[in-house]
Amino acid sequence: MSTVAVLSQTFNIKGGDFVNAGEPACKIRNILREIGINANVIRRVAIAAYEAEMNVVMYARQGEIRLKITPHKILLEIEDTGQGIEDITLAMQPGYSTATEEMREMGFGAGMGLPNIKKNSDIFNIHSTHGKGTRLKLTFKLNGKTKK
Amino acid sequence: MTLGKIIELLNCQIISGAVDLQLDIKSAKASDLMSDVLTYSGPGKLLMTGLTNIQVIRTCDIAGICVVIFVRGKKPLIETVELAKTCKIAILATRLSMFEACGMLYSNGLKGVTITAPAQ
Ligand SMILES: Nc1ncnc2c1ncn2[C@@H]1O[C@H](COP(=O)(O)OP(=O)(O)OP(=O)(O)O)[C@@H](O)[C@H]1O
Ligand SMILES: [Mg+2]
Repeated sequence: MSTVAVLSQTFNIKGGDFVNAGEPACKIRNILREIGINANVIRRVAIAAYEAEMNVVMYARQGEIRLKITPHKILLEIEDTGQGIEDITLAMQPGYSTATEEMREMGFGAGMGLPNIKKNSDIFNIHSTHGKGTRLKLTFKLNGKTKK
Repeated sequence: MTLGKIIELLNCQIISGAVDLQLDIKSAKASDLMSDVLTYSGPGKLLMTGLTNIQVIRTCDIAGICVVIFVRGKKPLIETVELAKTCKIAILATRLSMFEACGMLYSNGLKGVTITAPAQ
């Protein structure tokens, strides 16, 4: 196991900005590539970051992704000041979506984002206050057993 | 199947990108749903889609897809083409419908990827 320096970085996400949406997730992936993280872990982190980012773009006004890398894990925290999620169990269900017609025309709204994030992370933690915002805390292990 | 063969079968127009005709495409996916595209993993990947907005390219970049074919003769927006160049993703267009394009590639031996649906 090579030693990885502790690194942390924050990326802003602007609600409704579909043109730049996805850039932070791509930057995160590039950082992980540069420091030589396992390709499978990179893919999972990138997918989770992208799905979470798109949710902020679609359902919140403002948010940020915080990336933290330690020798043993990668942490992603995605926090937004949006409308929040009223019923998390319902939101987590594959196929459940409140995406608008406009978002669906762009290919979003399958209701698969949150299930995808959960599937790709080793530890998935979601906290949301209706009317205030949502926070996701995702952990990806760098050694030992990781998801495929 | 080589990318060259795919271009020939679908009579594709090359919109942008350095197209490597010898590139070995091992599987393809057809979808208009971005979250669905992100469940597609494996090497040598190609996406056929009816969507032409910029998010299609971002999604392919994250999913590691290196070739995108727009069906039904749809032309992408300029920003889509620009981002594809930056991400080194080749973009092509065919006049065939999604159904016809899939059938053409499948019947010539290109396979899809079986994805197990998440448990309900
Ligand atoms: N950050 C968020 N703030 C407010 N609501 C959210 C947030 N993230 C998700 N939701 C709610 O949970 C639902 C399900 O989210 P999920 O990401 O699974 O699907 P989707 O975004 O609707 O579609 P897809 O991700 O497949 O394009 C959303 O439609 C939305 O109602
Ligand atoms: Mg989503």
